[in-house]
Amino acid sequence: MPSMADAASTSQALTDLTITPLPPKKPHVPSLKYPSNRKTIYDRNLNRTKTSEISLASFAYLFNSLISYHQSRSPSVSELETRLNRAGYPIGIKMLDLLLYRQEVRRAQRPTRLLDMLQFVHGTLWRSLFNRAADALEQSTSKRNEYMIVDNEPVVNTFISIPKEMSQLNCAAFVAGIIEGMCDAAGFGTEGVSAHWAGEGDELWPGKTIFLLRFKESVVERDEAIKAGGG
Amino acid sequence: MSYYFTIIGTKDNPLFEHEFGTSKPGGDGTAKFREEAAHMNQFIVHAALDMVEEVQWGTKDLYLKKVDTFQNNHIHTFITGGNVKFMLLMNPDPSATPYSNLASPPPSSRSSTARQSMLLANNPSSSQTEDAVRGFVTEVYEAWVKCIMNPFYDVNQEVTSPIFRARVAAAAKRFL
Repeated sequence: MPSMADAASTSQALTDLTITPLPPKKPHVPSLKYPSNRKTIYDRNLNRTKTSEISLASFAYLFNSLISYHQSRSPSVSELETRLNRAGYPIGIKMLDLLLYRQEVRRAQRPTRLLDMLQFVHGTLWRSLFNRAADALEQSTSKRNEYMIVDNEPVVNTFISIPKEMSQLNCAAFVAGIIEGMCDAAGFGTEGVSAHWAGEGDELWPGKTIFLLRFKESVVERDEAIKAGGG
Repeated sequence: MSYYFTIIGTKDNPLFEHEFGTSKPGGDGTAKFREEAAHMNQFIVHAALDMVEEVQWGTKDLYLKKVDTFQNNHIHTFITGGNVKFMLLMNPDPSATPYSNLASPPPSSRSSTARQSMLLANNPSSSQTEDAVRGFVTEVYEAWVKCIMNPFYDVNQEVTSPIFRARVAAAAKRFL
């Protein structure tokens, strides 16, 4: 508790200060630059046509650069996978709204139930990214908050060869990040989405990858509450 | 008829604000809010966010229609997939809105501009109003998706683009 004398000396000190007025506010000068053809991103069409598909070669080249960049900066396989996951995450957040927009807006449906969300990822997201639905959607038998999406042959791994000492690495962690971002954005928080090799057992699909989605307990509870409420 | 439109991010943080009036016959496109409305509008919309949370899991639609009313402010909401809310507050006659019991409204000065353009606001939950708002938010949604497609845009960043603002204003002029 400051005494009266303290307060007095403080106010004395304040009056002693020479007050310099703030410089007048500079008028706002827009720094917006238009592209030479005067077409901003707001003038571009959001719907995709057959001709605007991206070539696999250019994607593979970019993806390769992304991996090399992160590999040179991460000491371990798990660190590298985390970095790839983080690279995909913002894409997932944005893809959700883009895909909803591409459905006819009047009939667009937000995924509000857990199963809707999973089918949205399994079907709508996969079709827009890879032109086909994912190969399987399964629920874990032991844990009620764990789901698996299976892709027999992830496109992103097409040109990736894994060195022996890093055999655990699955670069589809990037896709796992996209899934995680999309679930998070839609309000289905996860404790992480990870990509795993299915194992040696499958001779038909050596590159079979399982995406493991672990939803937060609160998400599962909410879903059951909605179900109980008849929604 | 005056409108206050704002975009709310996933952490209940405002990303964009825009005030405008009706452009229907009788309106000149400018908002007629009183001085205190500047903060009251924000306050009312913020309170309405609770109502949004209540209804957002009950419907799969993006447009949640009218979610809340405070005095004669009516709030319509549109929610994007990414849990970003477009809140549109409409007030048919801001000059007659008593925000508190202490400040009584000025003697019923129902100005001519306010009276003429009340078609939509007379019935804030009529299908006519809903269609107009739906048209408006659908256009804003398109601009919004384009905005977030920008690779340099991160979630919950403020939207400062003057082109985005112009798009919102154009949609407002067309539908409201």
